[in-house]
Formats: sequence, structure tokens, C-alpha cells
Amino acid sequence: MTDDVPAGRLTLNLMHFARALRAAGLPVGPGKVLQAVEAVEAVGLSNRTDFYWALHAIFVNRHDQSELFDQAFHVFWRNPDILKKMMSLMLPKVRTEASPDRPEMAQRLAEALHGSGAEKEEPEKTEIELDASFTVSAAERLQDKDFEKMTGEEMTQAKRLLTRLALPLAEVTTRRYRADPMGPRVDPRATLRRMLRNGGDLSDLARKRRRTRPPPLVVLCDISGSMTRYSRMLLHFMHAVTNDRDRVHSFVFGTRLTNITRHLRHKDVDVALDAVSAAVADWSGGTRIGTALHAFNRTWARRVLGQGAVVLLITDGLDRDAGEGLAAEAERLHKSCRRLVWLNPLLRWEGFAPKSSGIRALLPHVDDFLAAHSLNSLADLAGVLSADGPRRSPGLRRWLKEAAG
Amino acid sequence: MITAIPASVDDTLALLTRGHYVADRSLATALFLALKLKRPLFLEGEAGVGKTEIAKVLSATLGRKLLRLQCYEGLDASSAVYEWNYARQMMEIRLAEASGAQDRDSLTADLFSERFLVKRPLLQALEPDLAGPPVLLIDELDRTDEPFEAYLLEILSDYQVSIPEFGTVHAPEPPIVILTSNRTREIHDALKRRCFYHWVDYPSAVREREILSVKAPQADARLAAQVVGFVQTLRGLDLYKAPGVAETLDWAQALVELNQLELEPSVINDTLGTLLKYQDDIARIQGSEAARILTQVKTELAATTAR
Repeated sequence: MTDDVPAGRLTLNLMHFARALRAAGLPVGPGKVLQAVEAVEAVGLSNRTDFYWALHAIFVNRHDQSELFDQAFHVFWRNPDILKKMMSLMLPKVRTEASPDRPEMAQRLAEALHGSGAEKEEPEKTEIELDASFTVSAAERLQDKDFEKMTGEEMTQAKRLLTRLALPLAEVTTRRYRADPMGPRVDPRATLRRMLRNGGDLSDLARKRRRTRPPPLVVLCDISGSMTRYSRMLLHFMHAVTNDRDRVHSFVFGTRLTNITRHLRHKDVDVALDAVSAAVADWSGGTRIGTALHAFNRTWARRVLGQGAVVLLITDGLDRDAGEGLAAEAERLHKSCRRLVWLNPLLRWEGFAPKSSGIRALLPHVDDFLAAHSLNSLADLAGVLSADGPRRSPGLRRWLKEAAG
Repeated sequence: MITAIPASVDDTLALLTRGHYVADRSLATALFLALKLKRPLFLEGEAGVGKTEIAKVLSATLGRKLLRLQCYEGLDASSAVYEWNYARQMMEIRLAEASGAQDRDSLTADLFSERFLVKRPLLQALEPDLAGPPVLLIDELDRTDEPFEAYLLEILSDYQVSIPEFGTVHAPEPPIVILTSNRTREIHDALKRRCFYHWVDYPSAVREREILSVKAPQADARLAAQVVGFVQTLRGLDLYKAPGVAETLDWAQALVELNQLELEPSVINDTLGTLLKYQDDIARIQGSEAARILTQVKTELAATTAR
């Protein structure tokens, strides 16, 4: 420690820095602050690079947190004198353009540093016009779509959702066993070991039962123009589910199908969604559900539906091709998965009638028809999926009747 | 008859030809490298392109034992590697009690000796063999689950199995390992990294005719040419499941049994079930479409013979 720096200030600043990181979503506890103080004392303040890496070693414990830390560091310790003098206890003024190439994350940081409560998201009240124009420009709208900035409030909600999504699927019995004193089968190996411990007396039998595990999940999400308002939220949902369990595969489709599974595996949601937006070319264009399902059935179905997967199809069913070829592909998909659940954001809307040709083509081939327009409806989904009932939900009959009538 | 490992790619091709397997050079190269560098060979491809056949041919031509492990979901160590013979162990305990003089430690040591060990394919593959290391075929690996894959990692990198009660079994010479996958699931990168990878594709028309002449020599040359032309055209269509080489052979054999010297639309319609295994696909091809393809194939063949 150099003498002209009041140690108390530095500690205070480090504490604020740790708080900012915590608010921005890094797992930073109070113990880390103490460690950080020790680390900074150990490396000294003569060299900014050493200071940076000392803090990095303390606060970052996963590679995908580096980026957030990097930004936070440069925003927070912006004042070049801070390392010489540590005089100002003023928190640095935050400018959101800290990193021009990554505005989203800086937004999250800015909120964390300001400590401002995020503005509450008002639920959308506008009705969707059913006569939305389904024009796809000859060249698809190959734009690098910018997601709306994510607020801290949303982050916490997404996290809350994530914990609620802990077990959304009814478990399937596997062929593996686990020890269970009340299990239905005798475990000869464990029994024998028990006998040997008792010197050869057979006191009681060790038992086992079959393990269960959730089936794989495949998410097919529509990102066409009519779904724009939901696709960002739904991508967050997909990201949460992907990072919550293994064997999740995610696809998005507009006029073409893109597999975004690997992009979503990134733990940091911003980085993951950035990768997705770079990988997907047909944001907010038209929809060709039939073509997309065909591509899925042809290229991916055998590879991802192999172990009895549950499929979530997220689309409003408004199809540019007026449902052409959709029924056959939906039927094929339905027959090759354990369960096909259709999430439709239009369902939240009172007076929704399954009249469009795309919807009528899809309905006979799904097992469940649910809303997906708010965090709540996604949370409800967990309840529906974990219910161990019949494959087709009883509620579907009403929709089929309406579609026919 | 013990044959040495082939010394070059050409030798490997010759070896496969001796085993009536028509391979293209890329596959022979991958196989040669796997044999030479003692690495597992990971074969991925559509069903019925001859992945499993390679292991069988290898074991036959090299005179090695073939150990086959058919994978399924939930396959565990007790059915893939080893199992203790519990019934015999229980008997042993009773016998020891009856004879009276036995201290517990020696009894335990005796109970978990090789006498009571039931060996499954993976453990057998690690045992020394007079004819040379066996061929271990791990078939349809994509059907297992991740835990088993993780278990395989240890075996495929060190060629050893640890049995808690018994100790570690280490292979003096690594077996020839062939893994196959139909890609109903992506195999984990960690496992692929330890293997040489080859994607077994559908054969070209020329090679498929060769395969037919080797495997179904009783088929008339003209019929064989038409069969191959027809199947090749089908693979270009947007079918749910394109026919593999196995289907081509089945179909050719079926046509021979029906005493066909060349293809006719009616016969195609009647025998389409040997070629296509999905009702949607059959419905699409049956009738006019089949006739159209056949006319096209015949015209092409006529053009090539005229040249």
C-alpha cells in the first residue's frame, strides 16, 4: 500500500464496486470485498494492469463473467487519478456509452451503478391486428436486430422464473437404478456387501428402484414480424430453460429455421442473445411455419427427438403460406415426439378465435394449446408440463370445436 | 489365420475387398489411420450405409474375435462391462459357513475373485487374446445416455477398467474399436475428440453398382443398373427417410426372387416396401412418380450405353 492513499477510501470504493457488480448480476458476496482489499494490498496500486487482474481474480469465477467485469471496471475506475490518489469518494458518473460495441450490457451496468429501480414493464394492451401484412421483402430483412435493452427488474424476474422452472416436465422412468430402501427390486450387489459386513448373515435385503429424469425439451420459436413483441422475452425464457437443465434444443424460425442451441448455452444472457441475433438472419420478416417445420422434420427431428422429447412450439399460427403443407408437417412432428405443446401469445386476448388457416391446420396435431404472453403464463406452463396426465389435454377439445364450427 | 494390420491405405482397401466390402478411399484412409495409430474409429452416417458391416469384415479378415456391444438407453456398467455372479457368491458364503473354518477377510477376497466375475463385452475386449486384440464394435452409441458416454471416455483413453472389489484391468494391447452412430443425438465432443471421425455417406452410383455386383451377383447387370439408378434418384428427392445401401440390396434380392430381368412400374409399386419404410414416402412415390423416375432412369442408361 502506498502511503498517500487513505486506505479507508479504497476499501469503501472497493465495496461500492463490489455492490455494483452484484447489482449487475455477478455472484459477489461480502467475503469477496475483504479478499479484494487484501489482493489490492498485495499487488499495490502502482500499476493499473495489476490492479485490474487482481480484482479480476477475485470477482470473476467464470469465463463468461469477464466481459461484464471488464465493462464495470472501466466505468467505475474511469478517473485516471483514482489509482494515484484515491481522493475522490464520488462514485464515477456513469456514461452508458462506456463500450460502444456492447450497449446492452452497459445498460444493465448503468442501472446497477445508479442503483435506480427499473421502470416497470407495463403489460401490453394493444390488440394485434389480424390483417397484419405478411409481406416478406424479396431479400429477407437481413438486419442485425437490436433487442430492447434489458432492465434489472426483468433480470430478477427472469431469474425468479428460472427457479420456478426447476422441474417443468413430468419425469420419465429410465433403466438406471438408485438405492431406495422402499424400492420394488432387490439390489443383489448391495445385499451381498451388507452380508459380508455382517459376517455372512442375511439380515435384510438392499433394494433399489428405477431412476427418473426429465425428458429432453425441444423449443421451436417463431420470430416473425407478428411475434416481434414477444420474441425477446421468449428468447430469455429459452435461455433460462437451456441453462437450467441438460438436453434442451432451441430453434427459431421466420422464413427459415435456425438452430440456436449452442448460442443459448452461454451463461450470460446478454452474450447469449447477442450471439443469437448475429446468427439469425430473418428477424421480424414473414412466417413460413410449414417450411420451417419441414426443415426441422428433415434435418433435425431424428437428431433431437431421439429420446422421447417434449416439443414446445411457440408461434401465433399466422402463416404467410396460409397453412399450406402445414398440416402434414405438424402431423409428422406430432408423431415423432412425446408431446407437442403449442404456446400462442394471441391466446391472452379475449375473444381469440382459431379461425386463421394456419391455426386450423396446426390445432388437430397438438397435445396442448396454451398462452405465452407474460412471465406468468410461462410460469403456468411449468404446472401444465409437470402434470402427469393424459398426453392430450382435455381443454383442447374446445379449441378444436371452435376451429371447426 | 492371423493377418497383420494393413501397412498402407491400399492394403486396407484390399483387405476390405477380400471381405466383400466395397469402400471408397476416404473410408479406407480413416480406417487405416485408426488401425495404425491405435485410435478408435467413430463412424457416423444414415442407417443402412454399412457402418456396422465394417467391424464384421475387419474381424473376419484379420481373424480377430468380434465383440459387439449393442447400445440402448440406460445401458449401464453391469450389462456392458462386468457383473458379479451373486447367486454363486451367496452359495459360497453358505458353503464357507457350513465348513466353519473361514475368516472373513479371506472369504471376502475369495468372493470377489475372477471365478465369480461375469465378463461383458467391454471387459472381454481388454483381455489378451492369442489371435491379437479383438475388434470391439460399440453399435449405435447415440442410443445411450450421457453417463455411459462419460464412462466410455475412461475406457477409450486408457483401455482400462477399474472394478472396486477386484482392481484395475488393463489391456496389454488396445483392442480395435469401432463406434457407430445414426446421429439420433449428437455425441459429446469429449468422446469424439478421442476418436478418428468418418461420415459414411451414401455411395455414388458407380460404387453402388460395384456393391451390388459383389453382394447380389445373381442380379442381372441391366436390372442392377436400373435399381441403382432408381435408388440414386430417390435419394435426391425430399423423402423422410432415403433408402440406404442395405435397402438397395434387399430390393435387388427381392427382384431376383421375383425373376425380374428389368424394372417395371407394376413391380416397383409392389416391392416399394423393401425400399421405403415410411407410408408418406411410399404414397408419394407409388404410381405415376415411380413410372416417371423409371422412364428417366431408362433414358439415362440408354444414353450412356449408346455413347
